[in-house]
Formats: sequence, C-alpha cells, structure tokens
Amino acid sequence: MKIRHLAAVSALAVMAAGAASAKTFVYCSEGSPEGFDPAPYTAGTTFDATAHAIFNRLAQFKPGTTEVEPALAESWDVSEDGLEYTFHLRKGVKFHSNDKFTPTRDFNADDVIFSFDRQGNTENPWHNYISGITYEYYSSMEMAKLIKSIEKVDDYTVKFTLNQPEAPFLANIAMPFVSIVSKEYADALEAAGTMEEMNNTPIGTGPFKFVAYQKDAVIRYQKNADYWGEAPKIDDLVFAITPDASVRLQKLKAGECHLMPYPAPADIEAIRNDPNLKLDEQAGLNVGYLAYNTTVAPFDKPEVRRALNMAMDKKALVDAVYQGSGVVAKNPIPPTMWSYNDAIEDDKYDPEAAKKMLEDAGVKDLAMEVWAMPVQRPYMPNARRAAEMIQSDFAKVGVKVDIVSYEWGEYLKKSMEPGRKGAVILGWTGDNGDPDNFLSVLLSCAAAKDGGANRAFWCNEEFSDLLAKAKASTDQAERTKLYEESQVIFKDQAPWATLAHSTQYVPMAKNVTGFVQSPLGDYAFDTVDITE
Amino acid sequence: MLRFIFSKLLYLIPTFIGITLISFSFIRLLPGDPVLLMAGERGVSAERYAQISAQLGYDKPIWQQYLTYLGNLFQGDFGNSIVTKKPVLTEFLQLFPATVELSLVAIIIATVIGVPVGVIAAIKRGSWFDQISMTGALVGFSMPIFWWGLLLIIFFSGTLGWTPVSGRISLMYYFPQVTGFMLIDSLLSGQAGAFKSAVSHLILPSIVLATIPLAVIARQTRSAMLEVMGEDYVRTAKAKGLSPARVIGVHALRNAMIPVITTIGLQIGVLMAGAILTETIFSWPGIGKWMIDSISRRDYPVVQSGLLLTAGIVMIVNLLVDLTYGLINPRIRRQ
Repeated sequence: MKIRHLAAVSALAVMAAGAASAKTFVYCSEGSPEGFDPAPYTAGTTFDATAHAIFNRLAQFKPGTTEVEPALAESWDVSEDGLEYTFHLRKGVKFHSNDKFTPTRDFNADDVIFSFDRQGNTENPWHNYISGITYEYYSSMEMAKLIKSIEKVDDYTVKFTLNQPEAPFLANIAMPFVSIVSKEYADALEAAGTMEEMNNTPIGTGPFKFVAYQKDAVIRYQKNADYWGEAPKIDDLVFAITPDASVRLQKLKAGECHLMPYPAPADIEAIRNDPNLKLDEQAGLNVGYLAYNTTVAPFDKPEVRRALNMAMDKKALVDAVYQGSGVVAKNPIPPTMWSYNDAIEDDKYDPEAAKKMLEDAGVKDLAMEVWAMPVQRPYMPNARRAAEMIQSDFAKVGVKVDIVSYEWGEYLKKSMEPGRKGAVILGWTGDNGDPDNFLSVLLSCAAAKDGGANRAFWCNEEFSDLLAKAKASTDQAERTKLYEESQVIFKDQAPWATLAHSTQYVPMAKNVTGFVQSPLGDYAFDTVDITE
Repeated sequence: MLRFIFSKLLYLIPTFIGITLISFSFIRLLPGDPVLLMAGERGVSAERYAQISAQLGYDKPIWQQYLTYLGNLFQGDFGNSIVTKKPVLTEFLQLFPATVELSLVAIIIATVIGVPVGVIAAIKRGSWFDQISMTGALVGFSMPIFWWGLLLIIFFSGTLGWTPVSGRISLMYYFPQVTGFMLIDSLLSGQAGAFKSAVSHLILPSIVLATIPLAVIARQTRSAMLEVMGEDYVRTAKAKGLSPARVIGVHALRNAMIPVITTIGLQIGVLMAGAILTETIFSWPGIGKWMIDSISRRDYPVVQSGLLLTAGIVMIVNLLVDLTYGLINPRIRRQ
C-alpha cells in the first residue's frame, strides 16, 4: 500500500518538475466523496469526484443541457417496438493507467456488459465486492426489471433488450451510476485479491486521471492526455474539501481556489459586488412543494386543495424564503425542462374566493398540520419559514395550521405513512432531465404505493395512463404532448401546492473561463481554463 | 508504582464495556435510520428496506447485534462504515493524527500562556493585570467558537492576508503521509517551504482551539495558586526568609500544579474528542468532523466504533495524567 503510494508520488513529482508552468485548477468542494466507484453511491458530491471527472458513460448530457448525446457509444439504433437498443461503441478509447495497472486493450463491449452486469446480476462476483455494498440507483431506477438482456454483438456493438419500451432509458444510461468501468482492471484486481481497490483507485476513460485522495482533505487528478474527447485545458485538478460555505467563499476570495459550489444565500449580493469574482446563475432542475394527503378528508376533495392553494401568497413566500434565488412554481416540473406547459395559469392569490370555495365544499373550522423539514435542501432553503407563512395565509381563510417537524430521517419515514395527517413540505431535484423522472417518481399511482415518493398519495388513473403512454413512446413530440396534458390534470386536481424552483449559483474567480453549469447540479471541469 | 499502574488498568475494563454499551445504544436511540437517509426523498419500498437491513445485519434482535459487535471487537474488527464501506479503524487511523497534531499544539499554546498568566494573576491579586486577564478568561471561556474562527479567518486571512484560510498545507506541496503529522511529514519531505506552510496553516485553528482551554487553565492556575499561597507551609517558607521566587517557584507552584495538571489532562481529552467546530471551520481532516457527519447519516458502525476508539484514547490520556500525578505527588501513589 505504502509502496504504491510512494511510486505514484515520485511519478507526480517528476512530472511536476517537468512542467513548471502546469495549470492547476482548485475546486473548493463541499464534502468528501463516499468512495470512488460511482455505482454504489447516490450523492452528487461523490459523482462530481468520480463519474464526472474520471469516467464516461455510453451517452452523456450535452454540457449545460439535459439533452442526451453520444459519448462512449458513437451512435445507437432503437428498434421499432422500442425494445432493442443497439449501441455502436467508440473505437480507440483508452482506459487510464497507474503504477499498478496498464491496460493492454482499448475500451470495448466487455467493459459495457461488465459495468451493467455487476450491478444487476447477484451472481457476478463484483456484485458484492465489498461487504454491505448496494447499488441504490440501479435498484431504485428498477434497471434489473427493465433490462432483459445485454448481448455482445461484436467487440464494438452491444445490444440491450428491454422488457418493456422505456423512453427515458437513454437518459438513464447517461446517469453517473452506469459509468463504464474497465473489465480488464476488475479482472486484475480480482486476481490480485484486492477487489476493494476498485473503490479506492479508480480507472476510467474520463478527462481526468485519479492521482490521490487524502481523506476529508484533498483529491488530486491529472489531465488525461489520451482523452478521446476534447482534452482538458488544465493540467491538474484539485478538490480542496471545504464543508463550510462561508469558509469556501473566504478561500475563493483569498485565491486558494478558483471555483466553489453552494454559496450561502446571504453572501450572493457580496459576491456579485466583488470585483475579483464572478457569479454564474441558472434555474435549478428542482421543485419545492407542499403535498396534501389526498386520501384523508377533507383533502380528498380537489376543490378544497385548490381553495387552499388560492389562499397562499406564493409570491411573498418565495421572496421571503428564497430571498431572490427562486421563482414561483406553477407546474410540478421546472421551466427549463422540455414539455413544461407554460400555457397553464397558476391559481390566483385570492383569499376571499378561497374562503367561499371552502364554504361551498362544506369545510368549516378546519385545523390541519403543515410539516416543515428540519434541513436545508437545494429546493428549499428554509422550510420552517415557509410553513410559518403558509400558517398565516391559511389563518386568513379560517384554517388553523399547526407546524410539525421531525428529525430528517424520521421526517422522510413518517411522511411516507399512508394515514399521515397534514400536508408536508418537500421537494425534488432531477436525476436525468427527463420529465418522467419528476412526474412518475413523484405523482404516479405506482409511487403512491408502499415506500414510493408520492407523498400526496395521489392516484389519478387518467394522469398515470398519460405517463405510461409517454414512457412507452420514443417519439419526443408525442411525449411532449402527453406530458403537457398531464400537467393540465395535475393543476386541476391540485395534489400539491407547487411552491418554487430555486436558482443555482456558482461563484468563481474572474480569470476562470469555460465553466458550463449543469442543470442537474453536476460540477465537471473538462472545459474550464484559467486565463493569466 | 507497578501496582498503582495495574490497579488503574483494571479500572479500564468495566469502563471499556460501559462505553461499548453506551456507544452502541446511543446512536440507535436517535430517530431515523441509515437506510431511509440513504434513500432520501425518493423513498424505499418495504421489500427493499428489509433487504438492505438484512444485508447490514439490522434485522437481527438488538442484543444479538450487540454481541456480534462485541465479538468482532475482540477480534480487532471495528466494522465497516455504511456510507464509505471502508473499515472504521482504517478511517480512524487516517484522520486521528490530524486531530492529535492540532490538539497538542493547542494545548501547548494554552499551557504556555495559561499557567504564567494564572500565576501572575494570583501573585498580583486584585491588580489591573489580574482584572484584565480574568475578564479575558471569562470571555474566552464563553466564546462562540464558530463565530470566533470565522472572525479570525476574515481578519487575518481575508483582510490582512497573513495566514491561509483553511487546510493543513498549501496544495502546492504534495508528499506521502508517513506519520500523518503534517509538521513532521513536511520536514521529512525535504521540500523547501513545506514546513513553513504547515506551520502557517496551524496558526489560526490552534489559536481557536486553544481559546477555551487557555481560559480554563488560567483560571484554574490562579485559584490553585491562591489556595496554596494561603497554606501554612508557604507562610513558613516566607517567614524563614526565603526569596519570593523560591517561595513561589518551589513551594507554591509545585503544589498548585496538581489540580492544574488534571485540568490540562482533561482538556487534552476534551480537545481530541471535541475539536468538531474548529475542524469544520478550518476544513481540518480530523475525527471530530468525521464523527459528526457519521451521526447525521446514522452510520452506526462509525459512530459506535469511533466513539469507542476516541474514548479509549481519552482513557489512556487520563491514565497518563493519573500516573504523572503519582510522580508529582507521592502521597497519591501510596494511597
């Protein structure tokens, strides 16, 4: 272990000496990666340090968008029935090497099959290569149920056969958890009896090679000179792990790093006014909402839910809670997502009309709970404050609100209990930019069942049918129409009060160029440069 | 002396078992569990939940889990983190030197300044020095550490640019961890400027971490000195016509040091176990931050074994304090 480390170090020292003017880019990251194998993990922090820097996938999201484009697969064909996906792999792609491993062959179909098989096939020796390991994304996206078989047609052609047509499949395989790992490296590790190294010293095809990780402190990468895509403009990439947002900003100001994620909302103005910094902003792919329990009276009546939505002054709520870093939400999906139905009109803020609607529905002296999350999430900076504002708005229409909160884990658990009293504040950040990843995950009948994420327990057959139809179609125009229709039903039935979509801010030094913000909240540095 | 050490060691056994019980049950008493936190907003089906629980061994009765845990401990297996899947002991050993280094420097600062200040304040009781230093100690003792750390960063690193903001050494330097102590490793690396960089990175965090112990030590020294100076033997020494320096240095200070050493020892333990805020502010890769993260993720193995390891170290430090005590004061050894 130590010997390997030393060798890597001396190699780096030699290289550093050779290139005195090497460009080093320092990213003040917000936390430590859980490990370096992207498959078993779910945290964005881990994916930034692994999937986006070190690995590639068959397909990828075009930088700055959620559009899927070819990556390790140069192209693909989809059969008429939408069940067969044939991927034509890129030739001449090299895996990284380190002092323990030098690839003898280029990337090929075996690597693709291995990368999927180890996650889905319990018989694969790599399925459980570390005790207690689980493949959370693979299992929660139900990939095992979806994929019937993966065949190697030839070295550079792989055919996936699905059990049912699934339009979001291409977006799924652009996600970090199905990063392509080297089968040859895995075999070497298995033979050496050091399988856990897969999670410590990763070998990928990505723009940066992994050099070293000092736990909770620093991750070092080096440019992959043989990169198949456009080679990075920086020579060394360093993640300086800095958990506190104020300290990150101080480091950025002091020139100790070039770019940071997640600034504190209170610091945004100061960053904007700092002549040495610049601020990139973009609407996030997220939504914060209040979910009623649509199975409990009187919230089982759509008119009651709509009346409550009309009693809510959302503009004031967003101004106070998001402090300029959010926009009022009218649909369950964010405006940057394709198929967003902009023709829909939001419920007007009208307490008088709301009061009348409640009376007409026979609701008198209503008392309810509003649940406020105990933690800050990207989609909701201050749930307590939001709940208080809802409380005062509802009081104006004669509805008494008790604010309830639990510890986060408990909150997640209790909010899933079907008989839950009250409405919960929660939200969602998209995984892959497909509307299905919002609508089906959060609002379908299937998600209303045991353990699903449909916290409104709202099951509308018509709505779910539209989603199912859209999921089975590979015609984007048709899918767009179906999702637009589904949003009309959503608005009419009002299982949630949609609150806001928050804005993502990325502060960076003035001399940083080429950083492309991802709507998915990924931080990738293959395009950045530092101008002198 | 050997018997003294042995009897002290015997005390450690029940303490050790007590700690395993507390650390094991403490984290399980908190609401929320690791599987749900891992699933997050997405939720998890009952079937999948059961599957993961079984994989982690959490489907077994609690007493059985405890016995398994104890059994593994005796084989030197501290378990694997649920989050990183790595052995808890490996992670602990990677992070512990950083905490020790910071704590030691902080306690040295606190002692070197705190003891003389306490002594002078006691000798010049009621003087302006006494007033100011004891007010300062009270302020230091009640200092909100997070605010204090950030204030120092903004002033010294931001405005003045004298010290680096955070981290253990400039990212320019890169060498293997040999001892894990950056001060030593930077010297061993032979790279020019590395040691200086390591020292400059230690200044602010060690001042912040030293703040509370410094206040405690100064106050403790002062009151111990005052007490001893009222004793008959000090009066006798003065009456014999010994020089004030000898009276204070030999007769008073040596006796006053006993409670002070206890305080210092206890503070070392407190620092090692609880440099959490300082480590978080200064991005210091130590065990305090590691434990806090693990608690919030309900990473049971890390919390229970991490607590146990930390407690074990604190126990050893306390034992050493007891032994030093015996050296300074032979009466204790004989009891």
